[in-house]
Formats: sequence, C-alpha cells, structure tokens
Amino acid sequence: MGPKPAVFRKKSFGTLCPAKIKRGDAVVKDDKNIIIELKNVSKHYGQTYAVEDFNLYVKKGEFITFLGPSGCGKTTTLRMIAGFEMPTSGQILLNGTDISGLPPYQRPVNTVFQRYALFPHLDVYDNIAFGLKLKKITDGGKTRKLTRKEISEKVRSALKIVDLEEYEDRDISTLSGGQQQRIAIARAIVNEPEILLLDEPLGALDLKMRKDMQLELKAMHKKLGITFIYVTHDQEEALTLSDTIVVMKDGMIQQIGTPEGIYNEPANAFVADFIGESNIYSGTVIDRLKVRFLGHVFDALDEFEKNEKVDVVVRPEDVKLVPPGEGMVDGRLTDKIFKGIHYEYTMMVGHTEVIIQDTRNLEINCPAGIVIEPDGIHIMKKELTANVYDDAYIDKNNNVVISDFRFPCDVTALVPGSRLDGEGYVIGPDGKVYDFTDADVKATVGLGDIELVDNIDEADAWGNVVENIYKGDHYMMTVRTQQDEDFVIDTEYTYDAGDRVGIRIKPELIGLTLNGEANKYAKK
Amino acid sequence: MRTSKIGNFLRKFYVYIVLFIMYAPILVLIAFSFTDAKLIGNWNGFSLRLYLSLFRNREIVTAAVNTFVVAFSSAAVSTVLGTLGAIGIFYSGKRSKAVMEGIGQIPIMNAEIVTALSLTILFVFCGVKFNFLTLLVGHVVLTIPFVVLSVRPKLMQMDPNIYEAALDLGATPNKALMRVIMPEVVPGIVSGFILSVTLSLDDYIITAFTRDTSYQTLSTYVYGVTSKKGTLPPSLRALTTVITLLALIVLLAANRRSKLGPKKNKH
Repeated sequence: MGPKPAVFRKKSFGTLCPAKIKRGDAVVKDDKNIIIELKNVSKHYGQTYAVEDFNLYVKKGEFITFLGPSGCGKTTTLRMIAGFEMPTSGQILLNGTDISGLPPYQRPVNTVFQRYALFPHLDVYDNIAFGLKLKKITDGGKTRKLTRKEISEKVRSALKIVDLEEYEDRDISTLSGGQQQRIAIARAIVNEPEILLLDEPLGALDLKMRKDMQLELKAMHKKLGITFIYVTHDQEEALTLSDTIVVMKDGMIQQIGTPEGIYNEPANAFVADFIGESNIYSGTVIDRLKVRFLGHVFDALDEFEKNEKVDVVVRPEDVKLVPPGEGMVDGRLTDKIFKGIHYEYTMMVGHTEVIIQDTRNLEINCPAGIVIEPDGIHIMKKELTANVYDDAYIDKNNNVVISDFRFPCDVTALVPGSRLDGEGYVIGPDGKVYDFTDADVKATVGLGDIELVDNIDEADAWGNVVENIYKGDHYMMTVRTQQDEDFVIDTEYTYDAGDRVGIRIKPELIGLTLNGEANKYAKK
Repeated sequence: MRTSKIGNFLRKFYVYIVLFIMYAPILVLIAFSFTDAKLIGNWNGFSLRLYLSLFRNREIVTAAVNTFVVAFSSAAVSTVLGTLGAIGIFYSGKRSKAVMEGIGQIPIMNAEIVTALSLTILFVFCGVKFNFLTLLVGHVVLTIPFVVLSVRPKLMQMDPNIYEAALDLGATPNKALMRVIMPEVVPGIVSGFILSVTLSLDDYIITAFTRDTSYQTLSTYVYGVTSKKGTLPPSLRALTTVITLLALIVLLAANRRSKLGPKKNKH
C-alpha cells in the first residue's frame, strides 16, 4: 500500500485489517522509524484472554493512544510494554530487539500511573531523583553514578517542564491532585525514557483540570519529542491528544488510525458507537453507491456489493434539518436538548430515531425533513448477520448444546424429509434410522430470533450484557455467557452492560447443519 | 443540642470513675511502695527502704535482667520474621493469602495454655532440652502474629502501585523493597516491636512451660514467691512501681514520636 493523496474520504478499511496498513497517515512502515513493535502478542489468564494477537508498531516520537472500554485489554497491553506483565505469546521489539523477557527495571521506558504512585515518604525532589540515583551512566568508558550536581540539575529542569519549580521541598501529601500528577510526570520524564507510558493519567482529575492537563501533555510531547503511549477510555481525550488511536475491544484491535480517520471512517459499529455520537442503521446496498436506510435510497461514497446488508453510520452533525417536504426523508421532531454550541434534536422517522445537531432553536413536535449528503454517510460491512456456533452438539434428548446450555431444537432438519419416531430417533424418508446423540453440528440463529426473558428460570440460557448499540429503532445487544460464548440479539428493549438476562430460542428458528455425513449416525 | 449542667457533669464523672477503677490498684501499690510496712494498708512513714532492698535482692535483679533479655531478643526476632511474613502474605495470590491470614490468626484466638502445652510436647518429642533457646522460640511464637497484624494495615494503606513504580524507575526488587516498601511500613514495624516487648515482658504461661527451670523471669519469680509464702513480699511493690514508670516512659516517647512530623531535609 503506497502513499495515498490526502483525500476527504478514504475507502473503508473493512473490519480488522492488520496493523501495518491501517495507519491513517500516509507514512509507509519504515524500520528505522519504528521504536517499538508488538508482534502477535497475547496474554491469557487461565482460560480468559486479556489481549489476543495484538499487532502494532509505534513510530519514534508518535503520540499513540489505546482507547477502549474497561476490560478491553488496553492497560494489560501497556503493562506488557512496561514489563509488569509477561506476554503469554508473541514478541515485543524495542528498536528491533526482543525485550519481552526483560524485567521492568531494565527497560528504557517509564510509566505514569493512574493513581500517581508517588512515594509518600519522600519529598518532591527525592521522588523525582529516585530513578536518577539508581542510574548508571557510561562516561569515558567507565560506568559511574550521576553526581549530586547532575541529579539536581536534571530534577530542576524536570520541575520546570511541569511548571512546579518552587516545589522541591514539599511533602507529597501537601500537593493537590493535579500537582501530584505533574510530579508523577516529572518523575518519569527526568529519566529520559525512550517511551513514556501513561495509564489513564488524568482519570482522577476533575473536568476542568483534565482539559488543561490534556493541552499541557500535548505541548510536553511536542517539546520532549519522545514517544508517548497513552491509555484511556475517554474518546474525547483520545481524539484531542493522539497522532494515532488504537481502538480495542475484548482484547482485540478494532481499528488503528488517526483521530480523523477513526471518527470519519469507523471500521465497524462498535467503533462508530464508541467514538462520538452517531446514528447507526442497518441498511441494504441497492446499487453501486446507493444504499437504503430510513426507508429512503441515499447516494453514498462507499462501494459495496449489491444487495449486501450493511451498517450505516451518520454523525449527528452531518444531518441537515430542512422544512418538511424539502428533504430526503420526513419525520417529526420529538425532543430538543441545549448543548451549548448547538441543540441536539431527536427526530422520529416512523419508529426509527435520528439524532441531529443544529444551531437553530426550532419548535419541537413539528414535522421536519432531513438531508444527508453522500459524504456524511459511512457504510460498514456488517460484522454479524447471524449467530453461528461451530462447536455445538446434539444431546441424547435431541437438544442442541451451545456453550453448555441446552436448547430444544428440531433435529429432523438434519435429514431432509425426515420425522421423529416415538423414541426420539430420526426416521429418514427412506426408512433409515438415525441416532444423533453427540453429533457435532453447526447451529445458526438469526439476531432477531432470540427472545429475551427476565426470569432466568424460564430461559434456555443466560449471560451478562456486555454491549448494547443503538441502531435507530432497536438495540444490537451482546449477551455473553459464563463460558464466554456470545449471543448477539436485535431487541427493542434496552439493558445496561452487566445486566443478567435470560434468552430463549424457538426450536424451529435454530438452523442446524451436520458436521460430517449423516450416514455416520445411521443405526444398523 | 443543649445539655444541662448536671448532664455534663455526669458525663465527665463517668469517665473519671472508669479511669479511677482502672488505675486505683496501681496507684495504691505505688503509694505504698514508699513505706516499709509489711502489709499494705499500714503506713509506717515515708521510706525508700523497699527500693533499696529491691535492688539489693539479686534474685529479683537477675529475674528482671532475664525478662528484658527475653523480651527484646524475642521481639527483635519476631519483628524481622513477622514483617517479612506480612509482606510475603500481602503479595501472595488471592487464595494462599486468605489461607495464610487465617492460619496466622489462630495463635491469637487460641488459649495461650494450648500454645504452651503444644510447644512443650513438641520440644519433648524432638528431644530438645529446655533452655534459653526454647524460651525464645516460645516467645517468638507468642508475638509473631501481633507483628504481622500491626504491619498488615500499613501495607494495605500503601498505594499498591508504588512497588511497580520503583521497578519502573530502575530499582531491582530488593532495592524497591528496601527503599519504598520498608519506609512505608516502619510505623507498623515499630508498633509491632513495642507490642511484642510488652507481651513478652508479662508473659507467664509460655515462659513457665518452655524455660529451663533455673531461669527466672519476673513473672515466674513473682508467681514463685507468692505461691510459696502466700503473701506479697513488700519489695514487689517497689518493683511494680518501677515497671509502671518504665511503661509510662515508653508510652510518652511513642506518643511524642508520632506527634512530631517527619523531619524536613533541604536540598
């Protein structure tokens, strides 16, 4: 993939492309430019994956951010770079050498911790000097420790960078949260690390302070010229600070790109939902560059197969409100929220919701029309059109077992034209008798075919809600069982992440395909 | 809320009553240590004779020296072992941590006599002669759980990331332990040490079971003479006063230490 001209909209990256071609900027990977590279890095804790097959390279001087909800593996990845965790498999290359086995005290990286982790028994000066006092330098072929004067100079200049020059003798406990944060940064950068790791460093500050520190961090990055790897769950922070954002979910990279690239061209519905406000709809590609959603055929810029089911993202600021009848779609404004620089309107098109940002103060409960320009429509490959379970099997009571849960199903679907006899054997049209006990099958269930039940006792299976994406007129919800199997469900009900819900599937709605020949299961 | 004068008075009065009940016996002993009457309650006029006889009584002086030797040596051993143990337990995995914390507290809950008996049986079983070492082991067993208990809260109050922060800044695990963890838990170590000394000082049961019978400590000496003669030898009144004074001094010193902030050093 060669350098591309800067264009307004690049073609979709599709889902989960490898790291090497995902950078939004036009710089080709160049080994000399790369400071750290993670190759196929995975981290398991027992059966659970915290990080899975993570591939990333970071350029010298880059400000890169790992962004994702809690539990997405971003902090684990950072801790592997710092050396606090060892990867289960894969390599971490620093300037081309594998450092995955090195302990943290031998790595030329320093960390700014979420809760600062300053040493309370030392004052500001000694906190910052801690690393310097342990450091050995080579000077004229000899290794020696830094002199008192050298240390003092370095500490002072670090304090200057964080703007706390007069604070050397202060006790840590007398400092405010923001000041402690600055000392933590000074303590890390004074060692002149090749990479500075920041683990949600602004998480404990209040909003105003956080905004100020964001700008300062960015300025500091520019001034110091070292590589920053930043971890946050705050999408706005990521957009403000980063040269490159790595969006993560469930231990896997969802997208790597510039802030603009990620905002304008989200790789999938998760990224679109996580970053910024968005309207996400299920659509159908009608023709080349034509997509239907909201009951209207819109012109689009993204090319997809004809008749393909796709996810469509429209940012609220890309929807223009026009008088009724003059737009592409008509609806009714139902809600208005004042947001400072604009109003956020909710419009109902039939049963589908459209979120719109507009600076005008308009009456609600009125009909209105909307216009969406082609460059405001981003089309993404649908990640999932059905739940597919490859390692399901049939038990002796003719239930299909998915993730240790038993669902009544129609086993006669495995042999066309067959019927069940009184004992539960399948009788084929030719009179053959099949016993499908323990047969390995592939089970397929449509997103809309799963029923939610609040009462676990009445459910076939249960799990916790891990994700809930609003799609205009329904939610696409992911329910994860204890065995880590996901059921993705289209539903009009909304649940919070973490809620425990039961699910039920009508036997005839479970599609079954036998893995292997039916004859294997024929009774002799 | 307004309270009546009588209510206020009663409230203060109650505190004084409690304090009085707590300290009256000691005060009586102290007062009567300054007279040489054989029986408490008789006042023969002020005299320091009891103190003179106390310090002339070689048995008592030896017992006192023995007591302090055992107390300080066992406290030193317990403090080192207990502190390392507390740190080890703190950084253990979830399950082993819970198990070790549970087991570590059994000696505290358990009746001392049981500990003493089991130690005796163990020593006899192993064919060990009762000597100073067995006594020391007995006292270490008695005091270690208390050291662990006083160090543990300091570890829990500590920012869990500071150990990693030290590693991150280039400290080896040993250096991180000595330069970052230890300073954080010093107050716990000190109080664990003081607690061990006081527990060991007045211990009778374990001492009686694990000592060489010729080795007298104050508690075994006092128990010996009172059970033989049936009355309290007058010089013990002086001894009690001295011990109380010592305890008071240690307490005042400890309080003063915690009131003074950490010292300032300028750069």
